[in-house]
Amino acid sequence: MDTPNLAPFPAQHDLGGNPRFRCTPVETDENAPPDDFGKRVDALRAVLRDRGLITTDEQRFNIESLPEAEYFDLTYYEKWLRAVAAVMIAKGVVSWEDLQ
Amino acid sequence: MATQPPRAESLALLDKLVTALKRRGIVSEEEIAQKQASADRANPMTGARMVARAWTDPEWRALLLRDGTAAAEAMGISMRGNPPLGVLEDTAKVHHLVVCTLCSCYPRAIIGYPPHWYKSAAYRSRAVREPRAVLAEFGTVLPAGIQVRVVDSTADFRWMVLPMRPEGTEGWTEDQLTALVTRDHLVGVSLPDAGGKASRAA
Repeated sequence: MDTPNLAPFPAQHDLGGNPRFRCTPVETDENAPPDDFGKRVDALRAVLRDRGLITTDEQRFNIESLPEAEYFDLTYYEKWLRAVAAVMIAKGVVSWEDLQ
Repeated sequence: MATQPPRAESLALLDKLVTALKRRGIVSEEEIAQKQASADRANPMTGARMVARAWTDPEWRALLLRDGTAAAEAMGISMRGNPPLGVLEDTAKVHHLVVCTLCSCYPRAIIGYPPHWYKSAAYRSRAVREPRAVLAEFGTVLPAGIQVRVVDSTADFRWMVLPMRPEGTEGWTEDQLTALVTRDHLVGVSLPDAGGKASRAA
């Protein structure tokens, strides 16, 4: 009888060794800095961090908690923005209505 | 993927979030601009200077390997709010490669924004599984006798590589050596080479 496989399934962000990208080459020549949107998201996050309103771990947790389809579809700073917005709503800094 | 422009809904979300935060007096446009200018200023030249100095000054090298954060502060870089910085010393037997398998942790204060490939799923998943194949995609082929040690950067601890001083650089000044070192050398995907940049040192 087969033993059930009880090994934990890695979370979506835990990509180390993930075979899904085994045949995807690294785009080594992609050196572009973030676009204006990315830089603004990054700067906003830094201001909020200085205010004590968001930590790296809160941001990380909210990125890792995105639905898998969004995690692999959104661009890097789009994921950051969603995480920052989620933390601000969770803490009552802004309201859900503010962002509609 | 990450190089695609943001969706219209993301631009709108950013505007709404910033507007709401401004209305509550939590952020100002000036503060955002200041943070962006500070992020734009950080660049790999700082890490390159730290490496070049380690190649010429044994005491500095010891400090750098003992406490990367203190070494960066000694270079005039504020590391406030940054996790500790560790420095990985390449030798004739061991080469180091840095990855953040969980996301994109990177010593931004001394290298600047991470490149797209560092954040890519391909790099994050493959660097730990087949580092030599990944290195080869950067044009880096190491002799079989050299061990490759892959180190995972995390939210709580960041890493940079101290590569070996290239042959043919005897007598070079610290500035000449600094000019040899690039971002990719600090991550460990390639190695500095005096031959390729000889004209810059002349």
